[in-house]
Amino acid sequence: MPTYNLNVNKKNHTVEAEEDMPLLWVLRDLLDLVGTKFGCGIGQCGACTIHLDGSASRSCLIPISSVGDAKITTIEGLSEDNSHPVQKAWKEVDVPQCGYCQAGQIMTASAFLEKNPSPTEEEVRAAMHGNICRCSAYNRIEKAVNLAATMES
Amino acid sequence: METSNNSLSFSRRSFIKTVGLSTGGIMLGFTLFEACNPDSKVMIDPETLNYKDFNAFIKIAENGMVTIYSKNPEIGQGVKTSMPMLIAEELDVPWEHVLVRQADLDTKNFKGQVAGGSQSIRSSWTPLRQTGATARQMLINAAAIKWGVDASECTTNEGVIENSRGEKLGYGEIVTEAALLEIPDNVKLKNPKDFKIIGKDIRNVDIDKITSGKPLFGLDYKKEGMVYAVSLRPPAFGQKLVSFDATEAKNVPGVIDVFQFGDKIAVLGNNTWAAMSGKNALIAEWSSDETLMSSEDHDVELEKLLDSDKLKEVRSDGNVNIAKMNADKVIEYTYEAPFLPHSCMEPMNFFAHVTDDKVELAGPIQTPEGTARQVAGLLKREPDDVHLVLTRIGGGFGRRLIGDYALEAAEISNISKKPVKLVYTREDDMAGGFYRPIVKYKISAAIKDNKLIGYHLKEAAVGSSINKSRASYFPAGCVKNYKVEAAQLRSEITTGPWRAPVCNFLATAEQTFIDELAEELNQDPVKLRLELLEVAKKDKKNKMEWSPERMQAVIKLAAEKANWGKSKKGVYQGFSAYYSHNSHVAEVAEVVLKDGVPVVTKVYCVVDCGVVVNPLGAKNQLEGGIIDGIGHAMYGEMPFVKGKPQNLNYGDYRLIRMMETPIVETYFIDSNEDPTGLGEPSLPPVGAAVANAIKAATGERYRKQPYTKYMVS
Repeated sequence: MPTYNLNVNKKNHTVEAEEDMPLLWVLRDLLDLVGTKFGCGIGQCGACTIHLDGSASRSCLIPISSVGDAKITTIEGLSEDNSHPVQKAWKEVDVPQCGYCQAGQIMTASAFLEKNPSPTEEEVRAAMHGNICRCSAYNRIEKAVNLAATMES
Repeated sequence: METSNNSLSFSRRSFIKTVGLSTGGIMLGFTLFEACNPDSKVMIDPETLNYKDFNAFIKIAENGMVTIYSKNPEIGQGVKTSMPMLIAEELDVPWEHVLVRQADLDTKNFKGQVAGGSQSIRSSWTPLRQTGATARQMLINAAAIKWGVDASECTTNEGVIENSRGEKLGYGEIVTEAALLEIPDNVKLKNPKDFKIIGKDIRNVDIDKITSGKPLFGLDYKKEGMVYAVSLRPPAFGQKLVSFDATEAKNVPGVIDVFQFGDKIAVLGNNTWAAMSGKNALIAEWSSDETLMSSEDHDVELEKLLDSDKLKEVRSDGNVNIAKMNADKVIEYTYEAPFLPHSCMEPMNFFAHVTDDKVELAGPIQTPEGTARQVAGLLKREPDDVHLVLTRIGGGFGRRLIGDYALEAAEISNISKKPVKLVYTREDDMAGGFYRPIVKYKISAAIKDNKLIGYHLKEAAVGSSINKSRASYFPAGCVKNYKVEAAQLRSEITTGPWRAPVCNFLATAEQTFIDELAEELNQDPVKLRLELLEVAKKDKKNKMEWSPERMQAVIKLAAEKANWGKSKKGVYQGFSAYYSHNSHVAEVAEVVLKDGVPVVTKVYCVVDCGVVVNPLGAKNQLEGGIIDGIGHAMYGEMPFVKGKPQNLNYGDYRLIRMMETPIVETYFIDSNEDPTGLGEPSLPPVGAAVANAIKAATGERYRKQPYTKYMVS
């Protein structure tokens, strides 16, 4: 079985995995980082969103063999102490209902705000359109992203 | 799995004693931290403390830290926050000192560990407050004995007892003595005006864990030596497994075992991906699907049922047939809704480890007690052998009232003799559903002298059916001649409760019909509803569980908040009002036309659910229910071809997303009535509010969901 060196949340890991294993399952099953969630497996729901070199990416679609030396950030590594502006805004607004999709939402929002720190409301809605919240906490997700944009990191 | 509201400074640690006490079927208990170094003041993460699990609601530490167990499953409805609030309120402790833990299944100490029917808060309102108040009284009694004063001279405030001499004792300082006292009866509950926690905005107790990705959910649950299982099921409802070839599957790296159980094949792997890949490599032959029904067949058969002699009376007032004969005019329309999957974000999954000693289960389930009992039955074990750990649940919507996946996990573990986590792929989840029943309602109204004199509703559905209780919701009682009949179509397709069962489309049909009736009578739809409710107010004969007065109040406030009838140019409004889950709700949807296509931009919602325990969480439920309801009304459909569900992932099955969501504005009727349901009742009325607004905007009347399917763009 091939061996891969991964940089996850600023730490190096060596894992043995089949080359087609999606990063999602590497993180969850092999590295015990279960914050990244399985939703659909086809990149349609956004629950598995992580940052790959800072860009929001669907970890369910990324085979481990294609990661290379890209830096992986998961929800567990977004901040040391839950203090990223998006995390703070999420708490302030009390966004979650069931909470299952929220890691993916937060990872999408944080990557988006990194690239577009002062978005319009329409840009926020478009940026978050790819992440499904089955509980439909969309009003609060929108509010929290807008709030995070006003916070200093 | 527990959550703290802050970290406290502890001077003592480790428990020395636990006591469980019974009151009215509810257990109280206390545990203490043993003195090891009374002088040291170290910051201790409360989650690292070694609480002994003795299955009760309350534990108090010497430093005043309180652990409260939340007994019911948390599916996103917020009870893990709101139920402990009830205890903390009457116990009279600061919320910041409360640590909430999810209780495991414990039938001896807890009653009704269920998440369903929006009943958690309603059924807990008095018992959980009594639990807190009883503990508080025992702490007072213990302090009074210590001080040699009468208990009536003592008061409490935020975890501290004070006597008339001004002496004070923290709960933690007297809890040992308190736990040994006799349990008082008939403790006094607080006057609602004295509430300090109930009625305040309290954040989700799991918020820190959710935003930082800590393990919480069933899918996150792991045990030493655990293997992963995925199973292959018949693609169509009604199909059987004929034969299979597992040669390729067994060659997939990481696959441990492949075996048949019932009409399914389990693939075990040492990680989820291996098990999924093994499943994909299986070759299976299934029995013929020739005789199985497709959606078009359901459509034809349900249509026939609506005018057949198979209809059975559910409720009848007066004589609707005579009313129709005497009418100047009879209007009649049919409303239709498809099968819907629940599609919870967390796919079905469960952990099971069956050994000779015991059966360990863990995972997301709305019915832990019933499911544990079924597992015991399946494995022919004593119910006491089965232990079930409740995880946080990534959405329920009714799907997890049915524990089929927990039984499958138990069966797979029993066969393999391994600790197993069964995981459904999204496709398994969508195809292995207990769907919202496909249903048609044919509603007719008899009109005489421009008044409604008769109302007749006929239901044809697969699966669940309107019962007498639901046939008695608004507008029952609002018209003298009233009749509800229902007929069932048999199908292999499994159906089950889906958020606001039956009501989720019954309300759409009826509240759309009332709009059509208003058009026919050339009357304002709000005025018509208020007038109909006047009739119900005078009807003393047919006692109803809902209140026409409370319904009128929500209607009036919704009309006021939405500025009904005076919306801005280009903004079209639709009205709807419904009673379900013991709550009264009125909603106004606003639609604008973008390139000629109706878009829902705003929904106003007014609810009377009695006392609102946690407004912050409650509003989230209302917003969610409304947007969920709009999404499914607009886009949701699970079609079948020869018994086989078709839209198995989010590429084909459309859920509402951010850019399609309206802003929801919510209001509560100020009330001291006991709380009623909140997780479901905002959903049923919204389908009609949207349909009625679209009618106002476009002139097109939508009677068939999903609406977008029938829109000409």
